[in-house]
Amino acid sequence: MEIDINCLDLEFQAKIDSGKTIEPKDWMPEKYRKTHIRQISQHAHSEIVGMLPEGNWITRAPSLRRKVTLLAKVQDEGGHGLYLYSACETLGISRDELFEQLHSGKAKYSSIFNYPAVTWADMGAVGWLVDGAAIMNQVMLTRTSFGPYARAMVRICKEESFHQRQGFEIMLSLCKGTAVQKHMAQESLNRWWWPSLMMFGPRDEESTHTEQAIKWKIKLKTNDELRQQFVDQTVPQIELLGLELPDPAIKWNEERGHYDFGAIDWDEFWRVVGGNGPCNRERLAARKEAWEKGAWVREAALTYAEKQENLREAV
Amino acid sequence: MKKEWPVWEVFIRSRSGLDHRHAGSVHAADAKMALENARDVYTRRQEGVSIWVVPSASITASDPEEGGELFEPAKDKVYRHPTFYDLPDELTHM
Repeated sequence: MEIDINCLDLEFQAKIDSGKTIEPKDWMPEKYRKTHIRQISQHAHSEIVGMLPEGNWITRAPSLRRKVTLLAKVQDEGGHGLYLYSACETLGISRDELFEQLHSGKAKYSSIFNYPAVTWADMGAVGWLVDGAAIMNQVMLTRTSFGPYARAMVRICKEESFHQRQGFEIMLSLCKGTAVQKHMAQESLNRWWWPSLMMFGPRDEESTHTEQAIKWKIKLKTNDELRQQFVDQTVPQIELLGLELPDPAIKWNEERGHYDFGAIDWDEFWRVVGGNGPCNRERLAARKEAWEKGAWVREAALTYAEKQENLREAV
Repeated sequence: MKKEWPVWEVFIRSRSGLDHRHAGSVHAADAKMALENARDVYTRRQEGVSIWVVPSASITASDPEEGGELFEPAKDKVYRHPTFYDLPDELTHM
């Protein structure tokens, strides 16, 4: 029996190595299934928790144009969460179980959403930096080995590029505005910069899943590679806005062909992952409240559907 | 009551003249709600002119482990393709 499993494992790896996708009904190692449930659900939870800090600003957007675009972005995030929950359910876990894991704290979501959005400029910085960082990760995932996840990513990437552009446009308007507005943009960049760099996860030497994830093509680049790529693409954008660099250690390194940057406060990273960021409790409470207060709607819709079905049968 | 809304598979015709194509799935209490949810989730950018929703439980799928037996019979029948036939280059319109 053990030989059989080893044999299947080898065949499975060979399939991935040859670039074939794995589909839900295909044989897969239990660990592959579990890892994907963990990662895809974490990604889905991030999308719907990510709606909270921005949803907070919809009613206070400074113009109708800003309001409709922000609303569209938040709606997209809800949609992206739904694509991902569906992809995750193909692995044999139910939607209710997934929510249960979020609400109990068993499943995580991206720590970035545990930071508060306190000024209008944060809507710019979040779209530009947070969505920018997420897109880098997601573009990589369009080539991941699990079919439903890869296809959800293709759809998401197509839709997300507007998210980053609208964020940058907000920053640009503020930077071209009054001194107070420009200061607001600067202050927001300074606050979101480090948490954005932390979005790529721990340093490679501390990342426990990297090796296996690369073998299964869940990751095609390491955390540090993606982080560097993000810094390299973002520094010129900061300069284009005419803002000060948020880290005095940022400096072009001719030899490496990359920007050097300062040390990340990993204690803060682990503190927020561990549940003690500025908004962890607030975010989870908001999700639970939405779930509990929506219970009667879910039940009523189901009862109505059953009644209609019975009526049809009776005719 | 602790019951989930059933899952529906969503198929979308992106424009007239094309086939409906699988887009993903949604949860909904009934067919009407499934259509509305599919509209909201899969056509926010005019991706479709028509939607089908089908209860996932109604779909019978082939088993990937039996893929060999199922699809192999067609493998050696190359004569079903036009390129199998040796014809002179001078021959046109065929």
